Amino acid sequence: MSCCANLVDTTVAGSAADAPRNSHLEDIARSAQIDADGTAHLVVSATAINCGACVRTLERGLAALDGVQAVRVNLTLRRITLQLANAAQIGAVLDEMQRLGYPATLVDDAALGREDAEAKTLLQALAVSGFAAGNVMLLSVSVWAGAEGATRDLFHMLSAMIAVPIVGWAGQTFFRSAIAALRAGRLNMDVPIALALILSLTMSVVETARGGEEVYFDAALTLTFFLLVGRYLDRLMRARARRAVVSLGRLAARGAYRVDPEHGLEWIAVEDIQPGMVLRLAVGDRAPVNGVICNGRTTLDRALVSGESEPVAGEIGSEVEAGVLNLSGPIELRATARAEDSFLADVMKMMDVAEQGRAGCRRIADRAAALYAPVVHLLALITFAGWMIAGAGAHESLFIAISVLIITCPCALALAVPVVQVIAAARLFEAGILLKDGSGLERLAQADTVVFDKTGTLTTGIPGIRALGTLTMPDVALTLARHSSHPASRALARELNSAREVELVDIFEEAGQGIEGRLPDGRVARLGRPEWVAKIALDLPSAQASTAFAIAGERACGFALAEVLRPGAHQTIWELVADVEGVALLSGDAPHAVNKVARQLGIEAAQARLTPQAKVARIAELQADGARVVMVGDGLNDSPALAAAHVSIAPSSASDVGRMAADFVFTRPSLRAVPQAMDIARRAARLVRQNLGIAVVYNCIAIPIAVSGHVTPLVAALAMSGSSIVVVANALRLAGVKEAKTVGVQTIPEQLV
Amino acid sequence: MSVLIFLIPIALFLGGLGIVAFLWSLGAGQFDDLTGAAERILEDEPL
Repeated sequence: MSCCANLVDTTVAGSAADAPRNSHLEDIARSAQIDADGTAHLVVSATAINCGACVRTLERGLAALDGVQAVRVNLTLRRITLQLANAAQIGAVLDEMQRLGYPATLVDDAALGREDAEAKTLLQALAVSGFAAGNVMLLSVSVWAGAEGATRDLFHMLSAMIAVPIVGWAGQTFFRSAIAALRAGRLNMDVPIALALILSLTMSVVETARGGEEVYFDAALTLTFFLLVGRYLDRLMRARARRAVVSLGRLAARGAYRVDPEHGLEWIAVEDIQPGMVLRLAVGDRAPVNGVICNGRTTLDRALVSGESEPVAGEIGSEVEAGVLNLSGPIELRATARAEDSFLADVMKMMDVAEQGRAGCRRIADRAAALYAPVVHLLALITFAGWMIAGAGAHESLFIAISVLIITCPCALALAVPVVQVIAAARLFEAGILLKDGSGLERLAQADTVVFDKTGTLTTGIPGIRALGTLTMPDVALTLARHSSHPASRALARELNSAREVELVDIFEEAGQGIEGRLPDGRVARLGRPEWVAKIALDLPSAQASTAFAIAGERACGFALAEVLRPGAHQTIWELVADVEGVALLSGDAPHAVNKVARQLGIEAAQARLTPQAKVARIAELQADGARVVMVGDGLNDSPALAAAHVSIAPSSASDVGRMAADFVFTRPSLRAVPQAMDIARRAARLVRQNLGIAVVYNCIAIPIAVSGHVTPLVAALAMSGSSIVVVANALRLAGVKEAKTVGVQTIPEQLV
Repeated sequence: MSVLIFLIPIALFLGGLGIVAFLWSLGAGQFDDLTGAAERILEDEPL
């Protein structure tokens, strides 16, 4: 049952006790709803929840806390709903979640709530129309079976009483969309649908009143039902993926602690930060705005902002862009810009501009509809005119023309695309890839060039470490490393996880230098900057070392941080080079780091030190040459490029902005998600084309029958249901396909470069 | 055929009952956490 061990991150606890809470926790605490009697209602998201054991652990663990009145874990949404006696308990609950191994993130889904409501309305409409379609179909069957005279009229009347109000209510989606399209002077799939529904109902009501033989109530209702199935599936897929993307959590905080000369620490929203304010940044916080460090020293992780893989030192006077992560010591930052003038906002503006290039891409269903609707309407008109000329009465001509419209109603066509995309999305979901929008799938199938970012995309973004000498006492080094949150220490702690911790006393961290401790025999051990460690060591560590470890009076051992390739990176690049026309690497990092990765993976086109603008320009250049680019990237600096590319993929570790810009987000560590997604997208595109082909063949057979006046309600019911079932069955073939054979080793171990 | 007078309303009423029950359960959140419900059934003691 326990598929997920509680991996409590021991290295997190590093900040001093009096330091402010991490700003994420503050954000969450502020999202709680407080009742008049002080009861607090809180909904938080925790992506680590993924099995029944997690549900049990969390519900038992949290219910045992003081003041927790109710706790309910939703496994599907990976959310926890809590009711607390008072808001003061929130901190304790969040700490307990962290301790249990399920760090909480903020639920941020105002937009999703509205979409959920829409999906629910669609499901209600689907249920009601399904019920009505079943009943009316049974009444129709008895008419076809030979009910006559007064019984037939009664059945027709009953059908009318059920069909008219229910089509009117359940079909609202189509009517609204058709009206919106006509107002804008366009034709979409919903125009022929709405027209067929209205005309078939009107005609059937008239026929019922006249005591006629042929009515189409069952056709109108099954049509509504099938179409709603397609619509609901489409909505469901998008809502699920978006929710999954949102629940990955925000990286950027909504506020920061301001150091006010009069009031001390005060929490303010990001929008209220003015240049000149001093902000306190705890370890693990990201800078909310651009600023300059005015107090403290630390190490800064700029990977998401600029693509640089090596952490940089931050001292008084260092400039910090919005989005930079504070790694090792609390600092104070003097804001130099407001949020809307900060780096993050610049990136957003660039994205808006870049995205406009994509607007020209139209969905395949809309393209088909633009062709289909005029043809069908014209055909009905010609049929009417033809029968009038041939001498049939106005009533009969109209009847036949309307039956043409009913039988050509694009039921199969409307199902052809969404069913395939829903199944493709489910396949992608199984592979840990989230699809945000069906059009992304269509665009990915067209792609022929893949552009990668380096830091965080081709590499894991979590540095590994390489020893440049022999480490004499790994136990001591591990103990020191576990006490610091510096990336080098964390990497060392992971590297040495087979060693055992020893007892050390007087451990303290010298900000910006390193960490020091005393062995039981009184000797001092240091882990940190090479110059600082060299003061107690026998010799200097090697010149390339960025970190060193030594015990007083002994030889020092140097370490260099190294980037770790994402699992599956080799195989991915190898497959892509064989499969697509171009593979390129565009990075913001230094040339030597970029070239090393490019050489290792065999990517020929690699460029380094690119600004976000330069990345967009490079992609625009490629697309101007006719390439259709897939951008795979994670950082803030990649976001404009993600928006500019034909289609984009981001890892789930990407910046908020990057994830929002990307069409696909992959949640597993392996880079193999990229060729997998492309493979599924291409299969889906093939099935969509086949389905459209089937719909065309169906029409080629049905239209002559309808135009020649041989369609009866029975023929219409069989033809429409038959074509829809064929299309759905064809789409289901995608679910059965085994994953493409993977050649050679699937798990190349992570490699340092 | 006069039996239809009874049978049709009864059929529609029963069908209607089904749909009302479905809509109620949808509104009451019965379908909000299907995965969770599948896991909870394996618990010996109520959570």
